Amino acid sequence: MKQLSATNDFVIKFANINGSGSASANELFAKAILRMGVPVSPRNIFPSNIQGLPTWYEVRVNEHGWLGRRGGVDMMVAMNPQTWDADVREIEPGGYLFYDNSKPLPASKFRDDINVIGMPLTQLCNATYSEPRQRQLFKNIIYIGALSVLLDMDPEAIAQLIAEQYKGKEKLLAPNLNALKLGRDYATDNLQPIGLRVQRADNVGDRIFIDGNSAAALGCVYGGATVCAWYPITPSSSVAEAFQRYCAKFRVDPDTKQNRYAIVQAEDELASIGMVIGAGWNGARAFTATSGPGVSLMTEFIGLAYFAEIPMTIINVQRGGPSTGMPTRTQQADVLACAYASHGDTKHVLLFPEDPHECFEHGAVALDLADRLQTPVFVMTDLDIGMNQRLTAPFQWDDSRRYDRGKVMTAEMLDEGREFGRYLDVDGDGIPFRTYPGSHPDKGSYFTRGTTKNAYATYSEQGPDYIYNVQRLLRKFETAKNLVPQPVLQEASKTTRFGVIYYGSTSPAMSEAFASFEANGHHVDTLRIRAFPFSDAVSDFILNHEHVFVVEQNRDAQLRTLIVNELGIDPARVIPLLHFDGTPITARFITREIEELMQALNAQTLRQDKVA
Amino acid sequence: MTYIAKPKLHHPALQPNKVGFTRRDYEGKISTLCAGCGHDSISSAVIQACWEMNIEPHRVAKLSGIGCSSKTPDYFLGNSHGFNTVHGRMPSVLTGANLANRDLLYLGVSGDGDSASIGLGQFAHAMRRGVNMVYLLENNGVYGLTKGQFSATADKGSASKKGVANSDAPIDTVSLALIMGATFVGRSFSGDKEQLVPLIKAAIGHRGAAFIDIVSPCVAFNNHAGSTKSYDYVREHNEAVNRIDFIQSRREITADYKPGATVDIQQHDGTWLRLRKVHPEYDPTDKVAAMNHIQQHQARGEVVTGLLYYDPDSNDMHANLNTVAQPFNRLDEQALCPGAAQLAKLNDSLR
Repeated sequence: MKQLSATNDFVIKFANINGSGSASANELFAKAILRMGVPVSPRNIFPSNIQGLPTWYEVRVNEHGWLGRRGGVDMMVAMNPQTWDADVREIEPGGYLFYDNSKPLPASKFRDDINVIGMPLTQLCNATYSEPRQRQLFKNIIYIGALSVLLDMDPEAIAQLIAEQYKGKEKLLAPNLNALKLGRDYATDNLQPIGLRVQRADNVGDRIFIDGNSAAALGCVYGGATVCAWYPITPSSSVAEAFQRYCAKFRVDPDTKQNRYAIVQAEDELASIGMVIGAGWNGARAFTATSGPGVSLMTEFIGLAYFAEIPMTIINVQRGGPSTGMPTRTQQADVLACAYASHGDTKHVLLFPEDPHECFEHGAVALDLADRLQTPVFVMTDLDIGMNQRLTAPFQWDDSRRYDRGKVMTAEMLDEGREFGRYLDVDGDGIPFRTYPGSHPDKGSYFTRGTTKNAYATYSEQGPDYIYNVQRLLRKFETAKNLVPQPVLQEASKTTRFGVIYYGSTSPAMSEAFASFEANGHHVDTLRIRAFPFSDAVSDFILNHEHVFVVEQNRDAQLRTLIVNELGIDPARVIPLLHFDGTPITARFITREIEELMQALNAQTLRQDKVA
Repeated sequence: MTYIAKPKLHHPALQPNKVGFTRRDYEGKISTLCAGCGHDSISSAVIQACWEMNIEPHRVAKLSGIGCSSKTPDYFLGNSHGFNTVHGRMPSVLTGANLANRDLLYLGVSGDGDSASIGLGQFAHAMRRGVNMVYLLENNGVYGLTKGQFSATADKGSASKKGVANSDAPIDTVSLALIMGATFVGRSFSGDKEQLVPLIKAAIGHRGAAFIDIVSPCVAFNNHAGSTKSYDYVREHNEAVNRIDFIQSRREITADYKPGATVDIQQHDGTWLRLRKVHPEYDPTDKVAAMNHIQQHQARGEVVTGLLYYDPDSNDMHANLNTVAQPFNRLDEQALCPGAAQLAKLNDSLR
């Protein structure tokens, strides 16, 4: 029979039951490969459930460092009888099925074009452990041990990781190491070698391994956020939890033991965003973390913050919606809902981080932009980036960096006789000065409300006053274009009339697809959009190419709509390329779709030439 | 209402208080509410209380929701920052503002539509959290700005101006505040300044969530026979449990009263409250008894007023969150940013 053969380039998927303790064992597996200098990208595929439902952990091992989901499975570790049939079906021909053969299964449960590796995990556990929970937990470590032999992994790397994990809990260390050895010994004595292997390399470099939600939270710590108000919602809850963790570490006054931060779990998203607005109005840096359904609830307040010009940061970890929706599946489907959130004529600044490194950057940058522009700023991450650990460039911070608090008129400035109009455009950039409440006894106070006001924040329902303010908001949005993170261009090795626009978590799949285009001689330039409003580079890119594919993870081509709408681009120039089943987009998908489209467009051009 | 602008000149006889401000310095813009509106009397009581307590006007932040009541912060304390937020959401915005700068005095002004209907949740949760604030609920039982619909505090059986009887049970905001953990709960009447001003002063001196429900008749839509929120009805049925003699002194009060006729409470800022008992058996520090008393008297159609509950050991949200004494909005990079060296260490732990 055919045996798939690959070194440092394969996909292994673990099918487990939620709550069985498999997550930490599987993470151990992925990290051990990283320690061998070989890049991996794991993804959790999990249900909206705490215990009992199926959960998968898919690890792509790839020496080149392609971190997008590949698609296909070379080896399945099938530990969940509920999903057995589907799991077995998913294996590539010639691939491997690793399973617990403690109980015999009928031949009809297998395929004859795959390699089956049985190991009596339950029997081994029952013979070794008496407690049911131990039997369950150590079963995971035992299969990691067996896999480490099959894949020729370095046992020292695993042992070292276990030692780090149980540092200070030495009682747990020895049993875990024993379980690992048990698995290794059984595999060495009883299992046949397979064609997949991990070989030590040096391709990880100084990169770090972290999830985007933790990174965004850390960005908020570094960026000076003091107030976090939130309401639990998958997949964003771990942002607030990580903020709590990092603040406990970095933001406690060493002398008084008091906190330089406040985290409030609000009663709902209306209250969480209300608190963020109140704190922003009063001069503290504040943020919330939520997902699409939460943004829907916040939209009235987001409109108020836009018109009253109050700084705030919203981290939107996007998922499928609505309500129960697909809370544990990834999408980029809130782009329009956030860009135009709320009633009235509103537009908001959006940032699109590509990975945890940028989640950190954008977390901190969003707080600066919000203060500078006095407006809501969205950090548009998603479940794929947010809830999966990803290999990413190390975080960086320049100690000379200062927080940009924007235009704040101080008591000293007021005393010098500076004119203060809360909504007065003094610099022509559309951004007015604000004062913090309580700054000055008789100057600079104002009454904040929606749109019924003049440039001096006095109540007014006059048309010209309204127009002055909303036109100024457009000028401010124009100013934002040059302040937000600029798009990143990657040019093909040859001049081409094809371009691709993409953003956010599509990045790793797109980088891989780009390399494959180059290798196949299909040349495309790519532009990664990092923010809305779009800078001029975006319209230039589109106008410099005959056909531009816009790759997105939603059904309605939302970013494309935004491009057409905001840049006045002919819709025929921008071709949607959409992936929206809730799984992360793959390089295989992008390559196949774009190459087909390019072929069709080339044929079309030839026909047109003939007619001409 | 009047369209005549107030003259800027101050009468030379106006007395400055200890921080050098006259009562006029605590006023705001001309009210645009109807002549005779109870809310204007409340604004006037706020002005009086702040002036008497020597509060610097700019050290107050006044926040409100939407509705007639929520317009009033524009009509007092013109040198304070104000924020007219969205309907029913004043409590959350005030909570955030309070987190950002714990040193200001926070006045939250709301109405019965704002707090008992659309914002019932936010009202309840602000009480639970012990946000250090004075929460004034200007309660007229009716939606004024949208012209006379019942609100959720309208009593069952009370009639609208058009004669329709209300069939739904009323939400009793003081009982709710008590259940939700407010540490200062009072009720008053906009037409009783003698009671209202000391009550507001006591609320300002309180640490934690101080809630005052103020029955404030709507002269346009809810001041007729059949209403239980009219001037006449409240005057006839007002049952005060006590009167406050607020004494801003750090020394114990020694004035002579009959034994058992008064209760003295020391507030966290060291000042004393003296309550003259009207109902001799009423103990405002006993929450369960207070709830019982309120329910019994309200069942008879009475409007129970006074300082209904007071927790002398109250705490506030900042104490619960163990935050630093310095306001967050004055913390700089030095205090907030862990710096590059810590980040390098953190990077190392993620490899």
